[in-house]
Amino acid sequence: MAAKLRAPGWYRAIALVIVGVGFAAALDVLIRAGYGYEPVVDGQAIMLVALIAVPFFFLGGMGTFDYWFYYASGRPTRPEDHSSHGAHSWKDYFRVNTDHKVIGIQYVVTSFFFMLVGGLLAMLVRAELAAPGAQFVDPNTYNGLFSVHASLMIFLFIIPVFAGLANYVLPLMIGAPDMAFPRLNALSFWMLPVAGTMMTLSFFAPGGSFATGWTAYAPLSTEVPVGQMFFSIGVQFAGASSIATALNFLVTIITMRAPGMSFWRMPLLVWANFATSLLVVIATPFIAASQFFVLLDWALGFNFFDVENGGDVLMYQHVFWFYSHPAVYIMMLPGFGIISEVLSVKSRKPIFGYRMMAFSLLAIVLLGFTVWAHHMFVSGMQPWIRVPMMITTAIIAVPTGIKIFSWLATMWRGVLRVDTPMLFALGFLTMFVLGGISGVVLAIIPIDIYVSDTYFVVAHIHYVLYGGSVLTIYAGVYYWFPKMTGRMFNETLGKVHFWLTFVSFNATFAPMHLIGVQGMPRRVADYAEQFATWNLVISLSSFVLGLSTLVFVYNMVSSWRGGARAGDNPWRALTLEWQVSSPPPIFNFDSVPTVVGGPYEYGKAGAVHGVFRPAGREAEAIQADEAEKRPAAVTAHGSGTRE
Amino acid sequence: MDEQSAENKGRRDRNRLMQVVGLGVIASLVGIAWGLAIDWFPVQASEEASQIDRLWDVVLIVSIPVFVFVQVFVLYCVWKYRMRPGQENQDGAPIHGNTRVEIIWTAIPTIVLLALCIGAYVVLDDIEDARADTMDVRVVGEQFAWTFYYPGEDGEEIASNELYLPTNQSVAFAVQTKDVLHDFWVPAFRMKIDAVPGRTTNIRVTTTERTGTYPVVCAELCGLGHAVMRQNARVVAPEEFDTWLAERARGDVAGGSEDPEAAGEAGAPDGKELFTSTQPSCGGCHTLADAGTTANLGPDLDDSLQGRDEEYIRRAIVEPSADVPAGFEDGIMPPNYDETMQPEQVDALVDYLVEVTK
Repeated sequence: MAAKLRAPGWYRAIALVIVGVGFAAALDVLIRAGYGYEPVVDGQAIMLVALIAVPFFFLGGMGTFDYWFYYASGRPTRPEDHSSHGAHSWKDYFRVNTDHKVIGIQYVVTSFFFMLVGGLLAMLVRAELAAPGAQFVDPNTYNGLFSVHASLMIFLFIIPVFAGLANYVLPLMIGAPDMAFPRLNALSFWMLPVAGTMMTLSFFAPGGSFATGWTAYAPLSTEVPVGQMFFSIGVQFAGASSIATALNFLVTIITMRAPGMSFWRMPLLVWANFATSLLVVIATPFIAASQFFVLLDWALGFNFFDVENGGDVLMYQHVFWFYSHPAVYIMMLPGFGIISEVLSVKSRKPIFGYRMMAFSLLAIVLLGFTVWAHHMFVSGMQPWIRVPMMITTAIIAVPTGIKIFSWLATMWRGVLRVDTPMLFALGFLTMFVLGGISGVVLAIIPIDIYVSDTYFVVAHIHYVLYGGSVLTIYAGVYYWFPKMTGRMFNETLGKVHFWLTFVSFNATFAPMHLIGVQGMPRRVADYAEQFATWNLVISLSSFVLGLSTLVFVYNMVSSWRGGARAGDNPWRALTLEWQVSSPPPIFNFDSVPTVVGGPYEYGKAGAVHGVFRPAGREAEAIQADEAEKRPAAVTAHGSGTRE
Repeated sequence: MDEQSAENKGRRDRNRLMQVVGLGVIASLVGIAWGLAIDWFPVQASEEASQIDRLWDVVLIVSIPVFVFVQVFVLYCVWKYRMRPGQENQDGAPIHGNTRVEIIWTAIPTIVLLALCIGAYVVLDDIEDARADTMDVRVVGEQFAWTFYYPGEDGEEIASNELYLPTNQSVAFAVQTKDVLHDFWVPAFRMKIDAVPGRTTNIRVTTTERTGTYPVVCAELCGLGHAVMRQNARVVAPEEFDTWLAERARGDVAGGSEDPEAAGEAGAPDGKELFTSTQPSCGGCHTLADAGTTANLGPDLDDSLQGRDEEYIRRAIVEPSADVPAGFEDGIMPPNYDETMQPEQVDALVDYLVEVTK
């Protein structure tokens, strides 16, 4: 038992969590006693300190800091014997592991777990809204349901599931054996369950969960019960996780590309994650700051947002949206990358306008930082700033449009494999365009003055994040499922999942445009009689949408356990991840690949993206060799045509 | 022969592109007709409303073709280019791009979007433009009620819990809040603005000749009672408005009842009616069997007022923080009933509640 408590893992983590609670209580009691505050033992104050401290004890107990502690204390670090690489049984996924492929799957599965939790909350929201008046929950619980739903879906599902998919495939795609910082990668993952658990458990906090929306606008958020702090602190862990992962991606992409993998030969998924990581690194500190302000106001009376003491309420909104608008692109660009991979392979054609696809990603990154105040057209801020923000918001549709048109042109004259990943990619194309259009509509100030804070906004965000992001996530999960598991998913169930999702998604969210414009405000547990019929339709459709997710879960679980063997390259794709076994070897490549052409040379007989030299040759020799042969190889396979 | 087949293929592609364009145009026309036929908006009760609604139609006409063309293109590709048996190992044409096409689809959307922005700016400038003979109304939000203040003759403001406005009148609203963020919104006027702590925000609305009663809605999440923070805006003929304001200034109008004239004439207001018509209404938050309300935001009055005396009930209405029942938070019930209800209305309500909770 003592040995188990010393070794990193769940036993030590649980023991340290108990120590952590004790530490928080002692620290709090000491400080309160020192200042002479009554009562000395304050349950809420202890809870607040514990929320911040206990996660670190947990992470330490799991072993995410072990190597660094050994190193910092001058003790011999355990030489990297790679024993923590690879997963040999399902139990390995519940331990700290530094293999990017294991971490990738940990990320994806954890995110989908929280997606199911968040989805369940959405079902409760829709049950309450099925008819006007009070149904099942009181208004405080209702406000908590939609707040936790949004927070989980954003911070625990869409953002991390993309990080998870990229974690798995990105090093493989650029020909790297792992991420640049494997231990940081493991730490990034383990902060997620901490954040998700905190947000979910907020329902058990005295006074209920945080109930001010995921936007947590001050000064409401600084005046509500302690549940709000579960958001303020939970977001810190989710945010720190994203920042660390983004840094990891940037360093990996910049320094660990295989020989011959120039930036202009990178698959667009890699480009997309490069762009996303830039956004994350620059923007995420702003939401961390905004929630620290709320925390300090709430707990310590800092008066950032207390106007009677010189605070300023609009400041919160500016800082919040300076992150949260780019966050929409953080939740969308990786999906753009996935769609580029799937559409090119499934259409058997090169991506149309590859360089413009990459440039448009960078343009979105840049413009994404210039549009935040379009969320504040009715906030009472200085009026002149609205017009420039309207123009930049409209203009950001141009690079997005370039991407959509390029995907359409990629399909033109292709040979389309309309299977499950492709169906989701096409579903994305058709639905996301509506989310983009309603985004432009919302940029038009006079219209926004009317429809902001209505169900039109709810419809818009769900067309962007569900019709956009979630459909790309499904496309990506189906597309790489054979690579990750070595098994093929059930194609029939995949199609059933798509059609159920596609139809019920539209039946759920399309009518919200209408009831929004007709005047139904969002974030209300009760509404006027005139909206009753549509709300019932929406609620019934949303239950079908919720059930469609179960088809997906069943398909994934049963196919992983007993699906047909998939083979190494079932889609006949050219990118590097498909050139190795399924699942890939522990260090990804038995010999270092050399990239000799673009990633999407479909339609050219014999074209390849990367070649493998016989194992055992020195890396330098390969590089020297490659420098010599690359121009010849490119000419041999042709560089394609631009008509 | 190669040249000829290439030429044939080129012609075939051009034909197909024309088919897509043709189908797209037809579908766009159908889509636009459908989009314009939908009854999107609530009634237009302000001049701003007709301008915003017209701009909406313009935006529909511009954006529906974009949506429709993407759908048509995807469906066409799936129809024409989906893999047929025997094509399992076949690839598409190795086309990497076309600079001219890419320039076109960058430039045209840019121009269209900028044009939309200019149109939006023109409308915005127009609806926010100052107008002659503007009437001032101060709007104050608090959890969870609005109070409307009209300038009185002796410099003293006249408070009301209903927003009365005359027809054909430009109104400048100065919006404030006593606590958290709220948002003053009358959907029929289309305009809205946040009520921001520490600031006064402004919007203008010009009523039309249309009279009617429209909901005033709080559009910014402000806490537990956000959904019930609803009151009425009444647009009435100018003479009627003047009468109302004068009576209100004298303090002898039954503001808040469904029918102010009837209540005024009858003299004694009906407590049961006040229970559901006072704004924000008691029944919006409280369950009371006799009035047939079932809301659960505040205490169930059948229980909490059971056997209470008149004094207790009166204090619970005009000073709700004095005694908050266990399990409910302070600060949820608006503290402004004392200000916005007339004394005889409070009396009637108290009498009614004493009667039905015996």
